[in-house]
Amino acid sequence: MDMKVADRGVTMSGHETGQPVTRNEQANHELSIRVRDLNLWYGETQALKNINIDVFQKDITALIGPSGCGKSTFLRCLNRMNDLIPSVKLEGLIEMDGRNVNEVKMDEVALRRRVGMVFQKPNPFPKSIFENVAYAPRMHDLVSRKADQDELVEQALRDAGLWNEVKDKLHEPGTSLSGGQQQRLCIARAIAVQPDVILMDEPTSALDPISTATIEDLMDKLKQQFTIITVTHNMQQAARVADYTAFFHLGEIVEYNDTKTMFANPHTKKAEDYITGRYG
Amino acid sequence: MRQSFDEISAQLKGRHRKSARLKWMSMGALGLAGLFLVFFFTDMLIKGLPAFQQAQIQVQVDYNEMAQELPLAAVEEEMRPLVSRGYLRLIPGRMEKNPDLLGTTRMEWVLADGQVDQYLKGHHSNLSGSEQSVVDELADNGRAELKFNTTFFTRGDSKMPELAGIASAAMGTVMTLLVTLVVAFPIGVMTAVYLEEFAPDNRFTQIIEININNLAAIPSILFGLLGLAIFINFFGVPRSSPLVGGLTLALMTLPVIIISTRTALRSVPEDIRHAAFGVGCSRWQVVRDHVLPVSMPGIMTGSIIGLAQAMGETAPLIIVGMVAFIPDVSATVTEAATVLPAQIFTWAGEPDRAFTEKTAGGILVLLTILITLNATAVVLRKKFERRW
Repeated sequence: MDMKVADRGVTMSGHETGQPVTRNEQANHELSIRVRDLNLWYGETQALKNINIDVFQKDITALIGPSGCGKSTFLRCLNRMNDLIPSVKLEGLIEMDGRNVNEVKMDEVALRRRVGMVFQKPNPFPKSIFENVAYAPRMHDLVSRKADQDELVEQALRDAGLWNEVKDKLHEPGTSLSGGQQQRLCIARAIAVQPDVILMDEPTSALDPISTATIEDLMDKLKQQFTIITVTHNMQQAARVADYTAFFHLGEIVEYNDTKTMFANPHTKKAEDYITGRYG
Repeated sequence: MRQSFDEISAQLKGRHRKSARLKWMSMGALGLAGLFLVFFFTDMLIKGLPAFQQAQIQVQVDYNEMAQELPLAAVEEEMRPLVSRGYLRLIPGRMEKNPDLLGTTRMEWVLADGQVDQYLKGHHSNLSGSEQSVVDELADNGRAELKFNTTFFTRGDSKMPELAGIASAAMGTVMTLLVTLVVAFPIGVMTAVYLEEFAPDNRFTQIIEININNLAAIPSILFGLLGLAIFINFFGVPRSSPLVGGLTLALMTLPVIIISTRTALRSVPEDIRHAAFGVGCSRWQVVRDHVLPVSMPGIMTGSIIGLAQAMGETAPLIIVGMVAFIPDVSATVTEAATVLPAQIFTWAGEPDRAFTEKTAGGILVLLTILITLNATAVVLRKKFERRW
């Protein structure tokens, strides 16, 4: 019972009500990622069912839902991290820049250059803070001269709000930082290659409330430059930072709406129950 | 049903007794193992340390014309059986090199015959009664002494115990292990990287994995037969050479390196791989820039231990002809050579009792090198282990 809304193609599956769930049109927003009829299996188990969603540029889109609902799996489809799991089988369209990211000709390395990722547990490389940021741009030949490299590292660390804390110890190991700083280092690492999209998989779930607040502020700044898609278990976080929120349940998107509507006036019973804490 | 503390304690007595008994038994086992070790080392030290000393005697050497033809003529008659024939043989050569020596007579410390050495060390010797009294007299006058045995470290094997040394075997070991390292390390590491990081998990790779594990458990002498068949008979590599020995030992060391490298790779956290894939690394970049640097200490430790194992190996080398009498230190990997354990094996089979201490001395040298290698492995692991 999936339905597509014309043109801007915002799609919704209103399983609870039988009504198509619409999202407010955003005339000034460009489409970033278009997903159509995406199905995914881990071996015999279907983890994603008929996912249809449009993600818009320079927005923060939050994916919420109970554990095991497929939101992280979906996130990892967007930069093809699921390729690393041999048993995964995937059908459907994920379109970015007019190209299906799953087509054979699409190089997953090229895709990941444009779609960066921040993981649940801060995972800086076991290298210096400087190297953590400089490694990827150098690998992708974005910088060659040493001076450019220094400048790029500084810019990325500034954008990640970490520069003032680490400028005097750039050559210490990245893992010597605190958890929140490590996560911001990971964000600096992701933005250093100037991607279009940044995927965040529960970026604050391993952090204390103060570090979480710092990261949330940072996300708000970063959306000036990047499209951000974040998975979160924290309902308040989705409400605070996200422009749009998609509610996943049992591998389906039950409701996709702008965040205000989603939290104030959800169109589906399931989403309402989840948001108000009846289950999850 | 409530029990008082006393009732519970009474029931526990048997259990405590059992655990105490088990504790004493395991401590006993440990003690026994320690005792064996102490016994072994003491025995080796007592037997082997004398090998590092060799008897020298002070004799009058008369560089006359006759000595050019017949070196024995350079030494007084009663001293002749006491001086090493190996030393006497060198006299004409020295006179040729240095003509000024002709016609001079000098008192010199010269290497004594092996029997004199054994007699001075208080072991059984074949010296006759009169020879013994001459040696006694020399010793009383301070003209017969045990001095540090440089010959043992600078010369190759010899049929004369006083001239037998481990230099050729040590050189052979170095060259053989170099060949082993150069062949086995890259192949082993790359195999492990492929199996661990690239290969799909299917029936084929599982069979390969099982076979590699089995290879590590194969009796080493079979690797010797394999080396004989492949390297000597098929490829025509020279027999007895460090090249064929090294290749054979490489076959034997490969599974050890592969297994330890895989373990090291597997212990690298998945997080690091995900982070690297996430910034757009290709598989090879993930391995080269992130996984290998982190796992290097483990890989090196495993490889050093594999090499140490290969170094102590004798059986496969018997088959490819490296257990041989090699008096000269070989210079290239294609010349005939022997290795330390093979040298020990050769000496152990000598009928002359003077070789007993050489055998033990060789074992001490081999053990020292092995312990050094293993200690290096530990130090490397500690030093490069990252504190991430």
